[in-house]
Amino acid sequence: MIETISLGRDFKVRGAVVPAVHDLTFRVEAGEFVGCLGPNGAGKSTTIKMLTGILTPTRGRALVAGLDPARQRKALARRIGVVFGQRTTLWWDLPLRDSFELVRLLYKVDRDRFGARLAELTEVLELGPFLKTPVRQLSLGQRMRGDITAALLHDPEVLVLDEPTIGLDVVAKGEVRSFLARLNAERGTTVLLTTHDLGDVERLCRRVLLIDHGRLAFDGSVAQLRALVPGQESIEDVVAHLYLSSTPAVPRTPRRTPDADPPTVTA
Amino acid sequence: MADFVLYLRLFQYGFRRHSTYLAAALAGAFTNTVFGVLRAYVLIALWEARPGLAGYSLTEAVTFCFLTQGFIGPMQVFGRGLSFGDRIRSGDIAFDLVRPAPLLLWSLSEDLGRAAYLTLARSLPPSIAGAVMFTMVLPVSPWFLPSFVLGIVVSFGWRYLVTLAACWTTDDRGMHTLSALLTFFFSGMVLPLGLFPGWLRTVAEASPFAAMVQVPADVWLGAEPAWSALGFQLFWAVALLGLGALLTAAARRKVVVQGG
Repeated sequence: MIETISLGRDFKVRGAVVPAVHDLTFRVEAGEFVGCLGPNGAGKSTTIKMLTGILTPTRGRALVAGLDPARQRKALARRIGVVFGQRTTLWWDLPLRDSFELVRLLYKVDRDRFGARLAELTEVLELGPFLKTPVRQLSLGQRMRGDITAALLHDPEVLVLDEPTIGLDVVAKGEVRSFLARLNAERGTTVLLTTHDLGDVERLCRRVLLIDHGRLAFDGSVAQLRALVPGQESIEDVVAHLYLSSTPAVPRTPRRTPDADPPTVTA
Repeated sequence: MADFVLYLRLFQYGFRRHSTYLAAALAGAFTNTVFGVLRAYVLIALWEARPGLAGYSLTEAVTFCFLTQGFIGPMQVFGRGLSFGDRIRSGDIAFDLVRPAPLLLWSLSEDLGRAAYLTLARSLPPSIAGAVMFTMVLPVSPWFLPSFVLGIVVSFGWRYLVTLAACWTTDDRGMHTLSALLTFFFSGMVLPLGLFPGWLRTVAEASPFAAMVQVPADVWLGAEPAWSALGFQLFWAVALLGLGALLTAAARRKVVVQGG
């Protein structure tokens, strides 16, 4: 369902080329629930952006739902749902319901199917009490449930979430988690999420990808991840140990490249 | 067809989004009216001393004054007004870029909704006040409505470019300040462009800013031929929107979405 081959993305920072994602190869099959871990700046969000067509890869390639995100962005948008925990796709000044209506028109969802899907999501995510509330008056937990709904109204095969539980309290987190688990189990939606919350990983993800310095540092189950660092009780300690002991595959300091430092030509 | 409904809905949302802030609109309308009265007295003094200046009669000059005060809201003379500007700064633009609808049409529909609301909330009050307190030129040329709408589209096209420039400049405040200054000065808001001297007048009258304020006001006052005024506006509308579309494509390739 998701496939990357030597995927990479560089950013130019003050003339120097900084690789955010270096060389990433992995595969996610249909129906999987995969968590993506990694320290801040490891390249998780950049990867998500390449998978959703927001950023064009510098090298390598990605395939999501059989489509090339960079070239077939619009076709892909109809088949995937995207949630960014720190961003919102909802209309700030308008009732939540209006944002959903816009999603319906945008993704050309049939009115009956939309109605049924919204009724279902409203029930499961308990949106009823605030469907008519302007988004600016919603709590973060309510807003996040609204954003997740907006991402799922067109019934995508793949759901990509970038830190969906960030800033949520224990109860709201629990609600979001159980909803995602249900979505994956009952509808078979493929889920890929990035997170810093190891509770998300332990409770949800059958498989973990650890991205570090723009490379895949680990790919396996939570149990296998624990086994990497024997003697550590909590998953937090295991991951902290892994983050701390990681050696940069790429130098942290920006490299000068031929592009940024053109050779002098003498005539 | 489905697309048309989408853009119609965006128009409605733009309208309703701005109608949320009624107090702001009323405060704006009040300010525009008060400054209209001030400007009117300055122009009256000027036209009494020099009748027929810039080809306007005294009544035409006063009409010009209150009309253009009424344009400040819909034409967004002081800039900004596009919701995706803040979204570039915050990084929320990422969502706008994954939508299966072009950002340009999306924000144009929304902006026309904004303009429609501000026409009611901020154009009518100063115009009515002007008509009651002074005398204004009536009846209005039938070409005024299309010219007014084209003025809004040109204003949108310009602000779209300025806003999108933030993708390259990281911070958009400098651009917006410069844009507001240019628009205010060259649109005819300060003085009718006919009063500008020599080459400055030529430049101002050929600029897209003239298409936002000076030209629709002249069309109201019955400028002949109307088709040439509308053609001028249409030229700038097409040019700016075309440039906007090109710049959007470039932004999509180049943009560094900020904030992680």
